[in-house]
Amino acid sequence: MTELLVNLLSGAMMLTGGAFAVIGGIGVVRFPDVFTRLHAAGITDTLAPLLIIGGLMMQAGWSILSFKLLLILLFLLFTTPTASHATARAAVVDGLQPLLGAARRKGDGSSNT
Amino acid sequence: MEAVVLGTILAIFTTMGLALWRAIQGPSIYDTIVGVNVFGTKTVLLIALIAEFSGNADLIDVALVYALINFLAVIAILKLVRQRDLAASRRVEHD
Amino acid sequence: MRYFVSLTVVLAVLWLGLSGVYKPLLFGLGAASIVLVVWLTERMEVLGAEHDPATLSWRLPIYWAWLVWQVIKSNIAVARAVLDPRRIQPTLIELPADQRTRVGRVTYGNSITLTPGTVTMRLTSDGDGIQVHALLPEAAEDLRQGEMARRVRWLEGGD
Repeated sequence: MTELLVNLLSGAMMLTGGAFAVIGGIGVVRFPDVFTRLHAAGITDTLAPLLIIGGLMMQAGWSILSFKLLLILLFLLFTTPTASHATARAAVVDGLQPLLGAARRKGDGSSNT
Repeated sequence: MEAVVLGTILAIFTTMGLALWRAIQGPSIYDTIVGVNVFGTKTVLLIALIAEFSGNADLIDVALVYALINFLAVIAILKLVRQRDLAASRRVEHD
Repeated sequence: MRYFVSLTVVLAVLWLGLSGVYKPLLFGLGAASIVLVVWLTERMEVLGAEHDPATLSWRLPIYWAWLVWQVIKSNIAVARAVLDPRRIQPTLIELPADQRTRVGRVTYGNSITLTPGTVTMRLTSDGDGIQVHALLPEAAEDLRQGEMARRVRWLEGGD
């Protein structure tokens, strides 16, 4: 009974994580400039690992494998903000200007920043 | 359970494809770096999932090392793009 | 000295977790590698306030739990924006970073970047301002409310 529950929960977590990864990937392709794409990349770098590695850890149970998976997760969560920030910073220093305001909303004069 | 893991693996492959498309498409070098970074973190997840799928627990060490390498690679590429020289010391012009 | 002890303990736990094979020879090699790393760290003079065990207080797990909840919430918001890109409205906002320590400010900046929808663009060099690129107006508004800044100050030992 418990095993079934663990299987169900971890399976759901993995599939949700995969779905979020695909959504993030779509965002990386779809968004208009580097800075907005970084946000989309953020989905694939935070929630997707959280859910997928969480699901794998539930499958592995209390073992050394779980510890290693936890290390991978912690490492990803610690480093990806640094990489995102470094990319944004380098792009700004290189002279790329972020697209601001409702740039994609054509013919809607009411919302401009 | 195998089917679920396989489905997740396929989802990760889709994401990797999308990230690769962005990396090839550009337009700026930073878009490429964003794409490569996503591709790299997805590779880590993919290796972890394959370790579970094939029941070969040793593969998890590969994923761990890949996570380390990926981060260093992104930082190194950014430095190379900025300064055209990996050995450059602190010549970062603050704005 | 405190820094050395905490670094050694962390390295030992890491080694034990990664190794998985516990034989006398390997224990010896592991101990030797830990000594080597600690010696190298000392020579490189990179041991600093980040290695202070006092930063690892009981408040850290509570902050992390809260942060994970924030990450999940903002992930859902950004995922909705991906499916409907007309929602996005990127803005640049300036925030005060009035954390007491440098580690606190870096934690704040890193937490902002970790939550999707907001990326730290720049910590101003005088150290008390932070520039953030926000994807959605709601995310920018949340940051202006200062909930996260308050939590990081609490993490540093404030009340």
